[in-house]
Amino acid sequence: MTGFLRCAFFLLIVRPLLTLMLGAHVRRRDLLPATGPAIIVANHNSHLDTLTILSMFRLGDLPRLRPVAAADYFLRSRLGAWFALNIIGIIPIVRGGRGGANVLGPCEEALDRGDILILFPEGSRGEPEVLADFKRGVAHLARARPEVPVHPLFLYGLGKALPKDSFLLVPFNCDIVAGEAFRWTGEVDGFMALLQARMAGLATQIHRSPWE
Amino acid sequence: MSSFLATPLHAAIAIIYGLLILATVIALLLRRFSPGEVATELWKRTTSWWWMIGVFTFAILTSPVVSTVFLGLISFLALKEYLSLVPTRRADRSVLLWAYLAIPPQFYFAHTENFGFFMVWIPVWMFLFLPARITLGGVTEGYLRAVGILSWGLMMTVFALSHTAMLLAFGTARGYGAGPLLFLVALTQFNDVAQFTWGKLFGRHKIVPTVSPKKTWEGFLGGFFSTVMAAAFAGPFLSPMDMRWSALSGAIIAIAGFLGDITLSATKRDLGVKDASNLIPGHGGILDRVDSLIYAAPVFFHFINYFFGGHPAP
Repeated sequence: MTGFLRCAFFLLIVRPLLTLMLGAHVRRRDLLPATGPAIIVANHNSHLDTLTILSMFRLGDLPRLRPVAAADYFLRSRLGAWFALNIIGIIPIVRGGRGGANVLGPCEEALDRGDILILFPEGSRGEPEVLADFKRGVAHLARARPEVPVHPLFLYGLGKALPKDSFLLVPFNCDIVAGEAFRWTGEVDGFMALLQARMAGLATQIHRSPWE
Repeated sequence: MSSFLATPLHAAIAIIYGLLILATVIALLLRRFSPGEVATELWKRTTSWWWMIGVFTFAILTSPVVSTVFLGLISFLALKEYLSLVPTRRADRSVLLWAYLAIPPQFYFAHTENFGFFMVWIPVWMFLFLPARITLGGVTEGYLRAVGILSWGLMMTVFALSHTAMLLAFGTARGYGAGPLLFLVALTQFNDVAQFTWGKLFGRHKIVPTVSPKKTWEGFLGGFFSTVMAAAFAGPFLSPMDMRWSALSGAIIAIAGFLGDITLSATKRDLGVKDASNLIPGHGGILDRVDSLIYAAPVFFHFINYFFGGHPAP
């Protein structure tokens, strides 16, 4: 039932709205993962980021697509939690990583099931259209599952359409560029440096007109 | 079949599809016998033409309401493309939403042939309201630039383009239906293609090389005379104009179309982009396709409305 609701939500509401308001143009769509397990790493500027990435895939792929999101933010209210877990299909993780249990455990299990994880290593959405430093959780996940490909994905324009602290959706064309996948490099710092460099490289492929 | 071709509008659309099929055959032959970049590019463009002409003819054949909504949607996409390219200030985010909301009333005034409101809604009401709203935002740095950028964008993408809807209402009220609109749009696009083709074949002397290095006098004049001929032939069927008036309007469309084209080229050059977006394969964005129309639509509408506005239905 929730699977059906999820499909209907994306088919009837999300996709028409995003097509009209954003009209995302995707470059190198062929570099997106065709099957799981895979990790998509994207920059984060807007609540629309997750919806846009989920809309780039076929409806049939929806059950395998799992955005990884902060439990403290998305599970605050009961209705919000139901929506985040069942319609968006998030994997909630506990931020801060207080020792003991493996925080990334649910992500690793999802990868073992062949899911495609969507990660925003900038953490919060932050200053719109400014690339913040990445959190290292993605490197720990890649180390735990070194055979899983990591796909960098750069999104532009969504932070202008719906930035943090705003409920007003203003139409903006958005550009998305997918990058070549890579795998665990053997150590955390090198992996993070490579990821940051790949994202910065993707960003240069897009004509951007930042806010003045 | 005979009843389908009974109206001049249907006959004209049939001719356009005939030309499209001809172009498709040429593109196919080129791809078969001289494959390469030129052939691929021509094929992409032809495929996109099928989509554009298909959607446009469907929209104008359905009903005036559907056509007007369709034209308003084109305007919306053009404004969105423009506002996504130009520099904007974060303080003006909600102002941009107001600019988008100016579109539905403008097309409603066109649809109801409310000439007075149609003419003043953007250049009087919006041009006074939006700067006031920007002022209330309280940020003065870059104020004049923000006002100028937004106003010129609305002028081009909403006010100028909405004249297509006004032309539809004009034709509908006088028994010509979508005829005058089809006349304008088909000839503007025909002029673009003719100018491009003549320029490719014989172009030598550049007109404004700093703005648009591919525009030549040979291309412009070749397109001009081709468009005048096509207009003289089509005008008497699709509009209240006789052959001489039609030829004159062909000349007006060719000149205005050229000016619209280079005006948008200058805009894009200033912003440092080649195409406005990648919406239409082989063509670029909506703005790249309607650039000529931005000048041709208002100029042609005011021309035909001035001389034939009082013309009774046939």
